[in-house]
Amino acid sequence: MTGSKAMRWLPLAIFAALAVLLAAGVWLSRKPDREALPSPLIGRPAPQFSLPVLHEPGRLVTLAELKGAPFVLNVWASWCAACREEHPVLTRFAETKRVRVVGYNWKDEHADALRWLEQFGNPFWMVLVDYDSRYALDWGIYGAPETFLVDADGIVRWKHVGPLSDDIIRDELLPHLAQAEHAR
Amino acid sequence: MLPELGQVALLLALLVAVLQAALPLVGAQRGIAPWMAVARPAAYAQLALVALAFAILTHAFVLQDFSVQYVAENSNSLLPWYYRYTAVWGAHEGSLLLWALILAVWTALVARFSRRLPGEVIARVLGVMGLISVGFLAFLIFTSNPFARLLPAAAEGRDLNPLLQDPGMIIHPPMLYLGYVGFSVPFAFAIAALLGGNVDARWLRWTRPWTNVAWAFLTIGIALGSWWAYYELGWGGWWFWDPVENASFMPWLAGTALLHSQAVTEKRGSFRGWTLLLAIAAFSLSLLGTFLVRSGVLTSVHAFAADPTRGLFVLIFLGIVIGGSLVLYALRAPSDDDGSRFSTASRETLLLVNNLLLTSACAMVLLGTLYPLLADALDLGKISVGPPYFALLFVLLMAPLVLLLPFGPLTRWQREQPSKPFAMLVPWAGLALGIGIGAFFLAPQGPWKTAAGLAGSAWVLAGTARFAWTRVHAKGNRFTAEMLGMTLAHIGIAVFLVGALLTEGLSRQRELALAPGQSVELGRHAFRFDGVVRRQGPNYLADRGTVQVLHDGHAIALMHPEKRSYASGGQVMTESAIDAGFSRDLYVALGEPLGGGAWAVRVHVKPFVRWIWLGAVLMALGGFVTATDKRFRRKEASA
Repeated sequence: MTGSKAMRWLPLAIFAALAVLLAAGVWLSRKPDREALPSPLIGRPAPQFSLPVLHEPGRLVTLAELKGAPFVLNVWASWCAACREEHPVLTRFAETKRVRVVGYNWKDEHADALRWLEQFGNPFWMVLVDYDSRYALDWGIYGAPETFLVDADGIVRWKHVGPLSDDIIRDELLPHLAQAEHAR
Repeated sequence: MLPELGQVALLLALLVAVLQAALPLVGAQRGIAPWMAVARPAAYAQLALVALAFAILTHAFVLQDFSVQYVAENSNSLLPWYYRYTAVWGAHEGSLLLWALILAVWTALVARFSRRLPGEVIARVLGVMGLISVGFLAFLIFTSNPFARLLPAAAEGRDLNPLLQDPGMIIHPPMLYLGYVGFSVPFAFAIAALLGGNVDARWLRWTRPWTNVAWAFLTIGIALGSWWAYYELGWGGWWFWDPVENASFMPWLAGTALLHSQAVTEKRGSFRGWTLLLAIAAFSLSLLGTFLVRSGVLTSVHAFAADPTRGLFVLIFLGIVIGGSLVLYALRAPSDDDGSRFSTASRETLLLVNNLLLTSACAMVLLGTLYPLLADALDLGKISVGPPYFALLFVLLMAPLVLLLPFGPLTRWQREQPSKPFAMLVPWAGLALGIGIGAFFLAPQGPWKTAAGLAGSAWVLAGTARFAWTRVHAKGNRFTAEMLGMTLAHIGIAVFLVGALLTEGLSRQRELALAPGQSVELGRHAFRFDGVVRRQGPNYLADRGTVQVLHDGHAIALMHPEKRSYASGGQVMTESAIDAGFSRDLYVALGEPLGGGAWAVRVHVKPFVRWIWLGAVLMALGGFVTATDKRFRRKEASA
């Protein structure tokens, strides 16, 4: 397995690659805006969808039904560790009742999703279910968690990749929300 | 003044560690005996100093000295006395101090029990361990001082994280660290062997018991973590493929591979370079785990507060220790071709396959754990790799291992007629297959998992028993502690298979709204909800439910799931009620109140879930028993 001379340097090479990756990780964790990612959707109409509701089996909800007032769409899943980290932040925000927070339960399983909400509490006004990732591509969802702000006319105003923090909500989400409401 | 004394003790320990690293290592290279002789006393002095620092921090917790910042952040005047001791390692600084203490204990034990080793070897081994200690103590002192003062002192502490206020947490971290840090012993021996240039079977005979003991502790530590997650996180699951769980599982997989390859190298002389590499890998992965948990690079439920400075420090330390070892390995490692030749049909080949499967599993876990980071670094967005990836690949890699396991011990070294072990095992394979087919058709649900669990378990159990029977009846062959240890560990795998696969396949659960007096049935069990009352705990307020369980109409258990709201911070914790049994666990958790005395209630019946941890205990026991084998303590007559 380690017969030839060159092969002996292989573990070191693997470790070097790993170290570069970890260094990138340390560097990234210093950058406050590591989650900033432009989305081509910003300023454009939100993709159409028709999705079932987690707590009301049989009911389908479309974008048209959500329009009329701004809403925040939060992509989450019970398997996503970062969503657990985000959860208290989202709960605090939802409790302010500033805007409707709609959950987008992505690539999950029904029982797991219900259990997750039961365990940690349900901050959502409504939870949409997309287990087969039918509309995720339209929305440009990279991974969970991810958060969109959609205004009353169904235009995507803002997007955030990765867990929300109180600072991001205060410095980004709320100003964008105020702007969207003002423009109307 | 005591906390300052603790700090001085740590600084002195660092100085001693520097001496312990520098003098013996240089002394061994140049043959200066007095320098080499520093190693042992330095190891003992270091233990005394780190233990003193640890005792002082514990003292501060017990007396609730909130002028120490770490105490104020992780304790509270309402905290029960027993958690004041465990709060010492409840957060980053204290758990690092525990790491340093355990390293000092292992080092002192090596110093004490190495009388028969040549002075040069022991000087190098203790020197390398001193070097590791320098890194950890410097990390502790310069980035994570547990004795930092809080002026003015806090009137009240912030309290220990409620997740950690639990009996399982009392022993989980110490066991885990005993394992992690224990791998520093084979690591130090490997480095000493590479430095000294005499990579022979002797260093292995010295280190095999240490590796086995470290591995056994790590096994217990991981099992405790899994058990804790099972009852404390309130999910009813037992393994989540969380980054921190993975961080402890990677060294375990590498360590398991190391146990087996060490046996080959010691007995046959083959795989020498590979064994050295695995010894380096097992400890490196322990360090990597520490880095991942502490740097904030990955997010996890278990993660300590993120701090990039700490991340950078550990990364540099990793670079020096792992990078340095691998350079040394590349320059000095012996060729694997030197051992006795073996044919394709031999125990060597089987153990080689074992090693390849275990290391592949380890690489798979590493990849899955780091993939989100890679995606982040390449700007592909933040991505979580879900349990389905890990579960699928892990099962694919471990299934052949289970299939081949019974062949290993029954196959001779060097060359074997393949028909011999086959002949011995064919009836047992038939039996296992029969059990599997029967289980498939009789299982009320989850037929594949149930069948695989029972068939796999029967196969491993029967194969292991066949080996034991052969050995006991063979003429002139003693049944050594090593064989007994192996037999126990392999039986542990059989038990674990039953636990893991039957729990996955046969568990039933329901979640529904129950008003007081209403019942829910789950198979032959009926759960009657008798309402919820308020109860005041020492540092929390609880909603305590009462659930009466009937089996075929007979009352068998009274269960009290709780929802606790902790006084400081208001964190809400689900305290599930578990009625543990040999063949099944009953599990009840409270959800949300629904008004009118009704609650959302979740009930599970989990067959054989205890066997998961029982299996792990048997594996660990196997490791301890193997370490007692007389052969490892024999004088060096044969080498």
